[in-house]
Amino acid sequence: MRFVDEFRDADKAHALAAKIAGLCEPGRQYKLMEVCGGHTHTIYKHGLEDYLPEQVTLVHGPGCPVCVIPMGRVDDAMALASEPGVIMTSFGDMMRVPGSNGSFFDAKARGTDIRMVYSPLDSLKIARQNPDKRVIFMAIGFETTAPSTAMTVLRAAAEGLPNFSVFCNHVTIIPAIKAILDSPDLRLDGFIGPGHVSTVIGCRPYDFIARDYGKPVVVAGFEPLDILQSIYMLMVQLSEGRSDVENQYSRVVPWDGNVVALRAIGQTMELRPYFEWRGLGFISHSALKLRADYAQYDAELLFSVPGVRVADPKACQCGEVLKGVLKPWECKVFGTACTPETPIGTCMVSPEGACAAYYNYGRLTRTRVKEASTS
Amino acid sequence: MCLGIPGEVIELLADQPDLARVDVSGVRRVINIGLLEDEIVGPGDWVLIHVGFALSKIDEAEAAAALQFLESIGQAYEDELAALADSRIE
Repeated sequence: MRFVDEFRDADKAHALAAKIAGLCEPGRQYKLMEVCGGHTHTIYKHGLEDYLPEQVTLVHGPGCPVCVIPMGRVDDAMALASEPGVIMTSFGDMMRVPGSNGSFFDAKARGTDIRMVYSPLDSLKIARQNPDKRVIFMAIGFETTAPSTAMTVLRAAAEGLPNFSVFCNHVTIIPAIKAILDSPDLRLDGFIGPGHVSTVIGCRPYDFIARDYGKPVVVAGFEPLDILQSIYMLMVQLSEGRSDVENQYSRVVPWDGNVVALRAIGQTMELRPYFEWRGLGFISHSALKLRADYAQYDAELLFSVPGVRVADPKACQCGEVLKGVLKPWECKVFGTACTPETPIGTCMVSPEGACAAYYNYGRLTRTRVKEASTS
Repeated sequence: MCLGIPGEVIELLADQPDLARVDVSGVRRVINIGLLEDEIVGPGDWVLIHVGFALSKIDEAEAAAALQFLESIGQAYEDELAALADSRIE
């Protein structure tokens, strides 16, 4: 148990684990999904599954923004980057995601001008400094990063910056959760709600999960004890036959979210009719694009984008991992053909991806978790 | 990218009121605080930063806990800090 050595609050963790075990009904299996990739990272890093009774299984959800970008969009981004006079800018997480003809890193090595940035505001600055170039920001992420893109577009508009645009790939978490709830592949008992996404959207958007699907939701923080506490709160609800939305992370997440951030998103972006998610397929109203008022900042309108749907490599089972149907190590190429150094699928690329997190931290718990999942 | 990193506000930029200089684990950079316009932010306050924007105000105890957690996850936090160190938004 690495956790005991590494974490100062091991006693509290043991106490929570005992309370969770005490709430398990004999013979009942509990499947709880942690939606957010940051939670997945904590769970593997600290070996939290070792603390849970065998009846409680954690299922890793689709909340890794890099992981859900389909291959066709990577190819589209690559086509944009190859346009004459373009500087493509991207978060570091996106640089190694493979498209049909390699990743941003590969294209950069071939001479394409692709630059890694920390913030969309860095892209804006690059645009100011390079008035003879057209600077595109590869916008990815859930509601955590969408406000930053929105604020940056508003800033570009206020400055009247003519050579900055956004290739918008922002996705919204609620339709993905609904797709998973509607999927016949998986029966879940409750959800550990995402922490930072909820800082923006608040807790109300999860109401339908509790009300219409009868599943409890607990919005959770990122530390090991936060996650164990949230699992305990879910188990209390399940033992009492309740399904409510609760906020374990109230020290950061306001119930109504960040109103300014939501307003910025609403002002600059609108829902697309549909968007393709890796593994989950096309989901209606699940992604954002720039509003017509901001068309001059929309790279999809300024340039021609192939927009071709590209199937994932045959060997890759990221889709099943993203839906929680397969555990990372159950994928045929996990740890052999697909590693963080030479990823085939997105789940092995991002530190928030279930495969990368498991590959980096999970080996010690593999035997035990495997037993639990097949029992 | 999705990591929220805690930073302590050092000063607000006089000529650009939506920007603030923050200290994140010893790295001092300018970030945007426009998403907190409904709150009062000043030197000594702690904020949770996502891709160059403060997304929420937090207290010092939460900042310390978040920092300890981030340091425990290692590489991903180091990458984030390195990216922040290269950031020049002002």
